[in-house]
Amino acid sequence: MSTLRLPYLATAAVSGALFGAGLYVSQMVDPLKVLRFLDFTAIPSGGWDPSLAFVIAPAILVMFIAVRLGRTRSAPLFNGQFHEPEFKKIDAPLVLGAALFGMGWGMSGICPGPAISLIAFWPNDLLVFLVALFAGSYAGAYVIPSGEKKRLAMAR
Amino acid sequence: MDAFSPIPALAGGLLIGLASAVLWLGNGRIAGISGIFGQLLPPAQTVVWRLVFLVAMVLGTLATAWLIPGLGIGGPGGAPAQLVSPPSALGIPTIVWLAIAGLLTGVGTKIGNGCTSGHGVCGLARLSKRSFVAVGVFFAVAIITVAVTGIV
Repeated sequence: MSTLRLPYLATAAVSGALFGAGLYVSQMVDPLKVLRFLDFTAIPSGGWDPSLAFVIAPAILVMFIAVRLGRTRSAPLFNGQFHEPEFKKIDAPLVLGAALFGMGWGMSGICPGPAISLIAFWPNDLLVFLVALFAGSYAGAYVIPSGEKKRLAMAR
Repeated sequence: MDAFSPIPALAGGLLIGLASAVLWLGNGRIAGISGIFGQLLPPAQTVVWRLVFLVAMVLGTLATAWLIPGLGIGGPGGAPAQLVSPPSALGIPTIVWLAIAGLLTGVGTKIGNGCTSGHGVCGLARLSKRSFVAVGVFFAVAIITVAVTGIV
């Protein structure tokens, strides 16, 4: 199976390490820093921290270039195909799911990347969040059958 | 009033973009953490690379905190990492608050097929309409949630 070959796994490791490094350097691992971005009520008083926008913009730009580069090739370096999501419809699960995630994110200041990266610093009660995240993720797969089907298709 | 930090933010963002680019051009996979994490149990067929990615991500965070200490939280020169406490007026225990937030994040990213990385970075970069909608919705709801709960 090609996904068990060394170059493929090494690529996953390099990507993961860069991702974790980026989350620390940008301090997006700090829930309070993320919340200070999301706190638009602080804009009039000058207490707003726009850092998150300065993180996501260059990340999108670099990935945008990579996607353009990828479109000039028929396949990635270490796999037979680009796994680009094929489902294009804007449906209720997308909007409802994004809304539920937005609530959770606004309550905690951590999205899945920082939540897992924070294992490095192991703050109090992180395990509670991670177990709930895991449970929620698996529960979601059964609540919305279309998610399960797509998941199966994408897991190939 | 905590400090706006544009330079570390831009540097960290470039690293995250590079991470996404490497995974896409190398393996043809989208670096969406909720997706990578949400497909670890059966019937997933590609568990190994997902685990490798996530373990490397934690180690990358840890190693950078030692190499470049004192950027904020974490590592030898940093402040201790802390999760949020719920707004005291609500009288909700911290673990209950975090459990609800975690469940919402888990369910939401699963049925919405992505989070800040998968939709926010990779999806917008692919000019995916679904991702533009998801990002608009989750940022708006998160901003409203923070305003309503007064958590900061």
